[in-house]
Amino acid sequence: MKAVYFAWVRERVGATDEDIAPPAEVRTVGDLIGWLVSRGENYAYAFENAKAIRAAIDRKHVKHDALIAGAKEIAFFPPMTGG
Amino acid sequence: MAVRVQSEPFDAAAEARALTAGRADVGAVVTFVGLCRDEGGTLAALELEHYPGMAEEEISRVVAEAQARWPLMGATAIHRYGKIAPGEDIVLVVTASAHRAAAFAAAEFLMDYLKTRAPFWKKEHRKDGTSGDWVAAKDADDAAADRWKA
Repeated sequence: MKAVYFAWVRERVGATDEDIAPPAEVRTVGDLIGWLVSRGENYAYAFENAKAIRAAIDRKHVKHDALIAGAKEIAFFPPMTGG
Repeated sequence: MAVRVQSEPFDAAAEARALTAGRADVGAVVTFVGLCRDEGGTLAALELEHYPGMAEEEISRVVAEAQARWPLMGATAIHRYGKIAPGEDIVLVVTASAHRAAAFAAAEFLMDYLKTRAPFWKKEHRKDGTSGDWVAAKDADDAAADRWKA
């Protein structure tokens, strides 16, 4: 699956998007954040306040308990500030 | 309903006229334009980042919700991205209905939901040359959106 990052999450991770292959025990968006954090300091910095991070699966907002099975694209971003 | 996400400016008056062109049953059109403030003269520009694809889809979902809640005869939402200077337009919402109450309420609902659900993020560029901060989300915006639940 593809992970995409926006705004300061993108800056802290240091990438706009990447292909990821988390292990099977990573079942939810929250699990995926934990797995990403274990991959390096840049992820730990981006997700240091995990509760504040919003997520979308295939371009729809989801909560951290959403299951990621079958997802093509998972996005992580800060609370939105458009309008 | 028309939803557009674009970098170029929009013409609010033309968008409003388009909702009533060729019909005589519309009694109320509300046009809201959100602009870039200069923040007391300190801001050089805002840079708006968006999530291509999701931005259009999410705004469309919000407009569909407004159409389900109020008897709208038309609705248009346009959100810009990219670098926007103080004084320039950022966002446009136009609603048309037979009566003003629905048009006002739907326009306010659309803006409240756009601010909290549409995937856009603002970064400040300051006049002193410093690339400023990402604008922080406001609790007041969440509260404004929450009052439409119930």
